[in-house]
Amino acid sequence: MQSIASQTLIDIHKLNLYYGSFQALKSVTMDIPEKAITAFIGPSGCGKSTLLRTLNRMNDMIPNTRIEGKITIGGADIYSKEVDVETLRKKVGMVFQQPNPFPKSIYDNVAYGPRLHGIRSKQKLDEIVETSLRSAVLWDEVKDYLKRSALSLSGGQQQRLCIARAIAVNPDVLLMDEATSALDPISTLKIEELAQELKDKYTIVMVTHNMHQAARVSNQTVFFLNGEVVEFSDTEKLFSNPRDQRTEDYISGRFG
Amino acid sequence: MSMMEVPNLGTVYSGEELGRSLEGSSGKAFSRRARLSFYNRTFKIVCIASAVFVCLILFSILLLMGRTGILTFETVSLKTFFFSTEWVPENEQYGAFIFIFGTIALTLLTMVISVPLSLIIAIFLSEMTPAWLKNALRPVLDLLVGIPSVVYGFLGMTVLIPMLRSVTGTTLGDGILAAAIVLTIMVLPTISRITDDSIVAVPKKFRDASYALGSTRFQTVVRVVIPAAKSGIMYAVILGMARALGETMAVVMVIGNTPQLADALFKPTSVLTSNIVMQIPNVPFDSAWNYALYMMGFILLVISLIMIVVVRAIQGRGVKS
Ligand SMILES: Nc1ncnc2c1ncn2[C@@H]1O[C@H](COP(=O)(O)OP(=O)(O)OP(=O)(O)O)[C@@H](O)[C@H]1O
Ligand SMILES: [Mg+2]
Repeated sequence: MQSIASQTLIDIHKLNLYYGSFQALKSVTMDIPEKAITAFIGPSGCGKSTLLRTLNRMNDMIPNTRIEGKITIGGADIYSKEVDVETLRKKVGMVFQQPNPFPKSIYDNVAYGPRLHGIRSKQKLDEIVETSLRSAVLWDEVKDYLKRSALSLSGGQQQRLCIARAIAVNPDVLLMDEATSALDPISTLKIEELAQELKDKYTIVMVTHNMHQAARVSNQTVFFLNGEVVEFSDTEKLFSNPRDQRTEDYISGRFG
Repeated sequence: MSMMEVPNLGTVYSGEELGRSLEGSSGKAFSRRARLSFYNRTFKIVCIASAVFVCLILFSILLLMGRTGILTFETVSLKTFFFSTEWVPENEQYGAFIFIFGTIALTLLTMVISVPLSLIIAIFLSEMTPAWLKNALRPVLDLLVGIPSVVYGFLGMTVLIPMLRSVTGTTLGDGILAAAIVLTIMVLPTISRITDDSIVAVPKKFRDASYALGSTRFQTVVRVVIPAAKSGIMYAVILGMARALGETMAVVMVIGNTPQLADALFKPTSVLTSNIVMQIPNVPFDSAWNYALYMMGFILLVISLIMIVVVRAIQGRGVKS
C-alpha cells in the first residue's frame, strides 16, 4: 500500500460551502495525493457529494450556492477567474451514482467527450474508443456491439461504460460518487478492481457508503461528519486505529 | 414453523380459509365477486361500444367523402384531376393540381419557417430563460394555442398584407408567403410548447454527464438534449403540420383565392381547403364540380390520416425507448 507521503495533487484549504443559508461544508482542509485512491466516508447528508462536486465545479450549476476558501489542483486555483470550467471538467472526470449513459450507441457514448474536444478523425476515435473500453474492462463484452444502444447494457456494464466515457477525454482525476451503490456484488467487485488498476494512471477520489469498500480499495480515507473533516489518514490506520472517538463509533457501526 | 408477522386488518384467515373465501364459497365474498364481475362486464361493454362508435364515425366520414368524391372520375380522368392545372368549372375542366400543389407547398413553406423558429423559442424557453420569465411565457403561449384561426386570418389581412405590400412596393401581397406567415404564427405556439415540454422532460442525468465531460451549455443542448427529445420534437412538428395542412379560415383570408399555380411567393393562389370553402356554397349538388370538391376533401382527409398514423408510430417508439 502506498504511503500518504506521495505528492499532493489536490489541495483544499479552508473550504466553506453554503446552499442558501445552510452551510454544507465547514472549513474543509485536506491534501489529496496523486495517483492514489482517496475515499470519502461518512453518514448520509454529511457533505461528501458536495465536496466531490466542488472539485469539478459541478456545484456551479446549483443555484444559490456560495463558496469560500481555496482549491488548487496541480497548483492552479480552480475557482480563479482565469480558469476555464470546461477545461477543468475535462481534466477532472466524474462517474455518477446512477449509471447515466447517453441514449446513444456504445461507440457514440465513449466518443462523445473526444468529439466535444475537437477530435474528428474516425481512426483516432476508433482508437480512443477501444483503449477506453479496454481500460474499463468492457471491451471484450461489447466489441461486437459497438453500434448497439448503450441502454441495452446491464447496470454494471453501463457503469463501466460511464467510466470508459470519462477516461476517453484523458483526465488526470476521476471522481466517483458512490459509483457502485446501484450495482450487484459482482459488478461492484469488477469496478473496485478497475479502480485499483486505474489508480496507476489517475488520481481517484471516491465517495462510498460502504466502509468495507473503502477499506478494500482506498489508500487514504477521509471521515466526514456534518460537513466537517473528522479524520483523514491512511486507510489501514483509520480502520485499525482511529484517532477520533467519532470515527471509531462510525466504523464500528455505533451510529450513522 | 415460523410465522410471518401480518398486520391485523379485521378478519384473520388461516391459509385454507383464505383460499376458500377467494373461491367465493362464503356468501359475502360471492356477492362481492358477482358485483365486481358485473361492473367489469358493464364497463367493458361501454368501452367497446364507444370504440366502435368512434370507428363508425371515422369510417362513415371516409365513406361519404370517398363515395361522392369517386364520382368525379366518371367525367374527369384520373390524370386530368391530379395533373391538370386547368380548374375552370364553367368549362367542365376540373384539374386539381394547383390546389394539391398549393397545399403541399404551403405546408412545407410553413414548416420551413416555423420549425427552426419554434425550436429556437423552445430552447430559449427551456434552457436559457430565468424561472420567472418561463412562468410568464408558458401560459401566454398556451393561450395563443387556443386563439380561433379567424382572428389570425383577420390580423393577416389587415396588418400583414399591407406590410407585405409596402415591402414589395407593389399591390401584390396575397399569396403563399402571406399564408405561410399567418400559419407560422398560428402553429408556432403549438410546436414550441410541445418541444419545450419534451426538452424539459430530458432527464437531468444526461445533462450532468455531458457537463462533467467538459461540454458547454450549447454543446449539451445540441448534442444531448435535442437528440434525447427527438421523438417529442417530431411529434410537435407533425402536430403543427397537421394543423397547417387543414387550416382553412386563416388561409382563405390571405391567399388570394385564385386558381393559378403558386410559382411565386406573391401571387394570389388557392389551396385545397380554401378552394373547397369558397366554392362549396354555390355548386349544384349533382355536378362533377361538387364531386371534385368532395374528392379534394377526401385527399385532405387521407393526408391527415397518414399524419396521425405517423404521429402514433413516433409516440409508440418514444414510449419504448
Ligand atoms: N442542491 C442542494 N440544495 C440545498 N441543499 C443541498 C443540496 N444538495 C445537498 N444539500 C444539502 O447539503 C448537505 C450535504 O449533502 P450531500 O449530498 O453532499 O451529502 P452526502 O454526504 O453526499 O450524502 P449521501 O451519502 O446521502 O449522498 C445535506 O444536508 C443536503 O441536504
Ligand atoms: Mg452523496
